[in-house]
Amino acid sequence: MSIKLATSQPPAPSRRELRFGAAWPYSPAKEGTGPVRLRERYEHFIGGERRAPEGGVYYATVSPATEEPLAEVARGDEADVERAVHAARQAFEPWSRLPGLERGKYLFRIARAIQERARELAIVESMDGGKPIKESRDFDVPQAAQTFFYYAGWADKLTHAFHGRPVRPLGVAGQIIPWNFPLLMAAWKLAPALACGNTVVLKPAETTPLTALLLSEIIEAAELPPGVVNVVTGFGDAGAALVRHPGVDKVAFTGSTAVGKQIQKALAGTRRRLTLELGGKGAHLVFQDAPLDQAVEGVIQGIFFNQGHVCCAGSRLLVEESIADALLVKLKARIQTLNVGDPLDKNTDIGAINSKEQLERIQALVAAGEAEGAERYSAPLPVKERGYFFPPTVFTRVAQSSRLAQEEIFGPVLSVLTFRTESEAVEKANNTFYGLSAGIWTNKSARVFDLAGKLEAGVVWGNTYNQFDPSSPFGGYKESGFGREGGRQGLASYLHVG
Amino acid sequence: MTDGTAGNGVAERPMRLSVKKTWKMYIGGAFVRSESGHTLTTGAEAGGAAATGAQSQEVICRGSRKDVRDAVKAALGAQPSWRGKSAYLRGQILYRLAEVMESRREELEERLLRGGAEAKAATREVDTAIDRVVTFAGWSDKYQSLLASSNPVVGPHFGFSVPEPVGVVGIVAPSRPSLLGLVGAVCPVVVSGNTAVVLVSEADPITALTLAECFATSDFPGGVVNLLTGLGAELIEPLVRHKGVRALDLWGVEDERARQLEAFAADSVKRVTRRIYEEIDWYDAAASGLGFIEPFLETKTVWHPMGV
Amino acid sequence: MTTAAQEWSSPPVDRVMVEARAAALGCRSIKTDAKRVGLGLAISMMDLTTLEGADTQGKVLALCRKAIQPDVRRPSVGPVAAVCVYPSLVRVARAALAGSPVRVASVATAFPSGQSALEVKLEDTRRAVGDGAHEIDMVIDRGAFLSGELGRVADEIAQVKTVCGAAHLKVILETGELGSYDNIRRASDLAIAAGADFIKTSTGKIEPAATPASTLVMLEAIRDHFFRTGIRIGMKPAGGVRTSKQALHYLVLVKETLGDDWLTPELFRIGASTLLNDVLMQLAKLEGGAYEAAEYFTRD
Repeated sequence: MSIKLATSQPPAPSRRELRFGAAWPYSPAKEGTGPVRLRERYEHFIGGERRAPEGGVYYATVSPATEEPLAEVARGDEADVERAVHAARQAFEPWSRLPGLERGKYLFRIARAIQERARELAIVESMDGGKPIKESRDFDVPQAAQTFFYYAGWADKLTHAFHGRPVRPLGVAGQIIPWNFPLLMAAWKLAPALACGNTVVLKPAETTPLTALLLSEIIEAAELPPGVVNVVTGFGDAGAALVRHPGVDKVAFTGSTAVGKQIQKALAGTRRRLTLELGGKGAHLVFQDAPLDQAVEGVIQGIFFNQGHVCCAGSRLLVEESIADALLVKLKARIQTLNVGDPLDKNTDIGAINSKEQLERIQALVAAGEAEGAERYSAPLPVKERGYFFPPTVFTRVAQSSRLAQEEIFGPVLSVLTFRTESEAVEKANNTFYGLSAGIWTNKSARVFDLAGKLEAGVVWGNTYNQFDPSSPFGGYKESGFGREGGRQGLASYLHVG
Repeated sequence: MTDGTAGNGVAERPMRLSVKKTWKMYIGGAFVRSESGHTLTTGAEAGGAAATGAQSQEVICRGSRKDVRDAVKAALGAQPSWRGKSAYLRGQILYRLAEVMESRREELEERLLRGGAEAKAATREVDTAIDRVVTFAGWSDKYQSLLASSNPVVGPHFGFSVPEPVGVVGIVAPSRPSLLGLVGAVCPVVVSGNTAVVLVSEADPITALTLAECFATSDFPGGVVNLLTGLGAELIEPLVRHKGVRALDLWGVEDERARQLEAFAADSVKRVTRRIYEEIDWYDAAASGLGFIEPFLETKTVWHPMGV
Repeated sequence: MTTAAQEWSSPPVDRVMVEARAAALGCRSIKTDAKRVGLGLAISMMDLTTLEGADTQGKVLALCRKAIQPDVRRPSVGPVAAVCVYPSLVRVARAALAGSPVRVASVATAFPSGQSALEVKLEDTRRAVGDGAHEIDMVIDRGAFLSGELGRVADEIAQVKTVCGAAHLKVILETGELGSYDNIRRASDLAIAAGADFIKTSTGKIEPAATPASTLVMLEAIRDHFFRTGIRIGMKPAGGVRTSKQALHYLVLVKETLGDDWLTPELFRIGASTLLNDVLMQLAKLEGGAYEAAEYFTRD
């Protein structure tokens, strides 16, 4: 007796649907805000002191989940930037002359303090930015600590890093960071700059200043010399003032490609150093032989991590046509299990969209996609009276020429396209002016190594996605920016190498 | 008086006998006596500088061949898990060692003083030893990016080479400086995922055993670092000949003896590094460089096809 | 003639991702009501098991009473789904459980090794069913599976299924001996195709027994079968599930992989011997607010 199996082909599409949710709902599991003691008002951190804004203006930073103001924050202007750059300049000489080992020990202290205040930082990150507590707790904060730990260890090894070539720090670094990973981006910027002997003026994003300000408290408590790190909060005008300031020797920016281009133009001809980490339109390439269930997980992680507010988000799913239907069945089932809601609930998978402006931008692009004829599938969104939320959304029948496939949405929206051959997949993946990231899903590792060479992207993941490590360089090709953060290569962004 | 007063009702400080510590070896994460039951008195048989008076004489274990065997067994047992830990975690564990040493620095200084060091020199040695651990903690996730390579081979293959730990390393520790030398020899060996069996300085074993208490309280899994006391003349040979030991780090072994030991090492093709501790400037940054890590690494080269 | 290995092909499984997903589902925070309901579900899904060489009538009788009423101080708790015993004790269990909804499951087919002649395995099954077992937990011949005789393994399952008649068939893959997730997936597909009503991870005699990742791989096989045929196959992790936290982790795996329809003893079971008391302790803690101690619960 012999039994024939029908499993050699991936399962065919089916109307047989799984039901999720009602039988055993999770009870609310809200992270207590006990460890958090926010002040009513935060000043700039300049020259080791809390300094009121020259213009006397404060603005409220708002929780995107509740629309409640969390604290008042100084709104910086040119005069504040001037003072901060001055303080950084004053601090540069002694800081850069400090033995690398001693600079490193300051950074180790910061790393340890982040670990000690991890829970508080995670909660504030979720309150201020809207990301789920499980991500701020398990990703943002531990990675921030690890980043300081990692670059702390480089401070006394810089001569090794460039094979004996002489190195010296650049001077004052002006660093402008985005709202999607507020603390982690601060760590990515500060840790290598400080390890290399630079001093810093950091400008956090206007919607998410709080964890950078808490970090400035940690830095103060770690007894870093005054002026080595300065934090000026505020809006784009403060950032622009920092970029234009002639006392800034190096600008590091993470944010949109549009602003990145403005910065590059502003610095044109000045010989001031620049690194840009800009937008992306990352592609997953899923082949017929892929471990399909794990590919689905990777696609989910790739686009819905941090509400899709990730520059390297896998926002395009390129799937081999022969398995497209089977993949979509799984994807749609999986999306139903994503919990959208209160960022502070430990079971939330997708939190709040960072701001009203961003929510409107996502809504506009989604409407455009529908108008262009793409087919929309969204998971149901629990009714919320307040806050900015958007359901996990998948578009199928997306044309390569549509706005959905071309523009960075920076939200929980995935566009699905199909391909027939490997070369078509590569062509479609590369057919964008971005070049930050790509993911390859296949059971054939020879394909991973082959495509890794052919994809125009700064980071290529094989059978995984959205993996980060301070020891691993990150950055873009093409209009996704230049310069690398992380790893040995990340040091080069903050050194003159002879 | 049994009530602790001097009869006239005035309280008097009762006599109190101090509690003496038994110095044991550190094997497999536990403090153990020698299997042989034999002991040495520092400054007597050991002939070191420790004995400047009767009070400073201490009894230590006289490790045996079987203790060497037990220590190698512990080091082998600790191998898979230690090399399997993330580089970041190994770095954090080393950094924890620095934290523990900082909090016990007075004791470490005291030991160096008893060993004959001047006050200033003892302070400097402890400072540098702690900083040395910090430096090697930092190396844990960095030496790879300096020593690995992508190999531009001809043909449709992606080639790369990565460093890997050799395994169990037998260390004959530098006699001097007794703390900094020990730290400076052990950290670069274990940071990459090796585990170590160390014959500590005969001249100052107590400082090494004080450091062992730092290892024991700083998140190091048992067996990663094993410290044996005793007579080098008895212990080096079983260590050098043990087939489970993959590399040797011999400090201060003179040429005559080395000829014999290195010949033993050849029986299982051990990697031998032999250095003169007096020739090293332990206070120079060079002593915390890549060169200290590299001898205890293998290079693994991988070829992988590209294209389907 | 095509070889069996060519005939049986299953989708590949990526170890790193499947383990990460399984672990992530262990991080769900199950509090208050969800915990109470989840623990109640876990009890109702439990196959209370004794499979020792030293099993006796007395031992099985005690277990059966525990199955019907797990906690004398809280009569509303329970009963469990089934009692799982060796074939020779099926009659004892049936008698002890008469009148209760608790079912009798029996291991069979040369448990735990599966290394015996087919006729012996079938006779083993026939007797257990004849003695009144509602459910048969059979083991596959892992030696045959690993040596590539997949057709033989499938044939055995199919023939045991025939002998089972109305009794439900659970097929034990012994995932700890299969060596890879790819093999676990292949064995799952094979067992389902050959007629299993349930697939089950382990005998409990081999380490590792059930793990969240191996369970997830099996749940994915069940899911694909459902997408393909509309037929719902049951799942039973067994062995090594000792704590309430673990039990809830498995429930979360089912809930988020297969959904609501599988959150029933008809389609999900947990095989365990020591889990029950831990669940009872947690329930009592939820009720009373104070942490419990082991001696307040009967050891059976």
